[in-house]
Amino acid sequence: MHPQLEHVTRWTRDQMAAQVANDIPDGSVVNLGIGLPTAVANHLGADKEIVLHSENGVIGMGPAPAAGEEDYDLINAGKQPVTLLPGGCFFHHADSFAMMRGGHLDVCVLGAFQVSTTGDLANWHTGAPDAIPAVGGAMDLAIGAKKTFVMMEYLTKKGEAKLVPACTYPLTGIGCVSRLYTDLAIIDLSASGATVVALAPGMTLAALQDLTPGVALSLRA
Amino acid sequence: MINKLVSSAAEALADIRDGATVMIGGFGTAGQPNELIDALIDTGARDLVIVNNNAGNGDTGLAALLAKKRVRKIICSFPRQSDSHHFDGLYRAGELELELVPQGNLAERIRAAGAGIGGFFTPTGYGTELAQGKETREINGKMYVLEAPIHADFALIKAERGDRWGNLTYRMTARNFGPIMAMAAKVTIATVHEVAELGQLDPEAVVTPGLFVQRVVKIDRVATSAGGFKQA
Repeated sequence: MHPQLEHVTRWTRDQMAAQVANDIPDGSVVNLGIGLPTAVANHLGADKEIVLHSENGVIGMGPAPAAGEEDYDLINAGKQPVTLLPGGCFFHHADSFAMMRGGHLDVCVLGAFQVSTTGDLANWHTGAPDAIPAVGGAMDLAIGAKKTFVMMEYLTKKGEAKLVPACTYPLTGIGCVSRLYTDLAIIDLSASGATVVALAPGMTLAALQDLTPGVALSLRA
Repeated sequence: MINKLVSSAAEALADIRDGATVMIGGFGTAGQPNELIDALIDTGARDLVIVNNNAGNGDTGLAALLAKKRVRKIICSFPRQSDSHHFDGLYRAGELELELVPQGNLAERIRAAGAGIGGFFTPTGYGTELAQGKETREINGKMYVLEAPIHADFALIKAERGDRWGNLTYRMTARNFGPIMAMAAKVTIATVHEVAELGQLDPEAVVTPGLFVQRVVKIDRVATSAGGFKQA
């Protein structure tokens, strides 16, 4: 473990999901990507009406059905069975991606391998020569929504920061990520750089900076 | 008199030839027309170019077609899944060409073909390796990539109800690529679980107007199987 993390209480995945959910305004239309972002749905709260879109052609998506009630004609982008809430509806793929590309979604939450200081995203392919590439809707999701949030562990398993000066993995989109939610910090990204919005308990800007070579981090005033 | 009803999947696919480009509807198993794919396998047609979102799940449907080595090239967005072992093996062995397309570009390229569009500029994929070699253009300060339409000889799609004019309705997220593939192919073959008398489909609920469909085959309903994810 990095010595910088000795006194840090990392945010759990559930806490990260709750932080994302908290930043999504009432009435938003949202697409939650496969993986970590899926957990955001558990924290949206009954006080807000938030409409979930899934790129395979459904809006107003509800939670997983009870055991035995699964109908595999009603699935999400991860191909898992879901339900439809009152007001929800179905549409074909060209319409579904027009909703994204056309800027009709308010928020999209994605996972990532790497994110750059200026909001470039790499999340579809490791670039390993033996890996079979699969992109799905990742590139459309990255650039389509009004706001693109990323949820990820701050460090790789090897302890390297996934927030980098420039992505070394194949790009998904350029300058598309507006906010990064991690186990160590929440960081706003823009053309002018990376601004730390919140730090996990025990985390300091100096320690985070130590972990993030090549990236200039500033604390929001 | 117009009557697009065909008595069997085999009859519907009798004129598919080697080398044909065939769009197959479905997102994973939802909307995948398994009976038409089985009939396609039975025709013996080979060197096919397949357009689908994925590259088969498990051992049935599109996965079975790939396993029989009838496919030369697949155009898709998300081939690698937990149960795409037939695709994975063929791809690694260099026996199957892959054109990987971002999902929204895939949908819009199909739609463009059906709508008579010669190409379109999209922001999706700009600056990535999937746009390499493609024309780009700045329009009102934003960068776009030129994408070409995808036409097909045949589209095989799964609908819910249909009539003898070829009007179709769909079922939930099984709709996915059906309506746009129906527009993009010279010959669209749709399965339905129920054939309605002309005039009995609510005209406000028809999703695919009959002129996009050439053949309709009634298939008894079989519950859609799970596919494309790791089951707990």
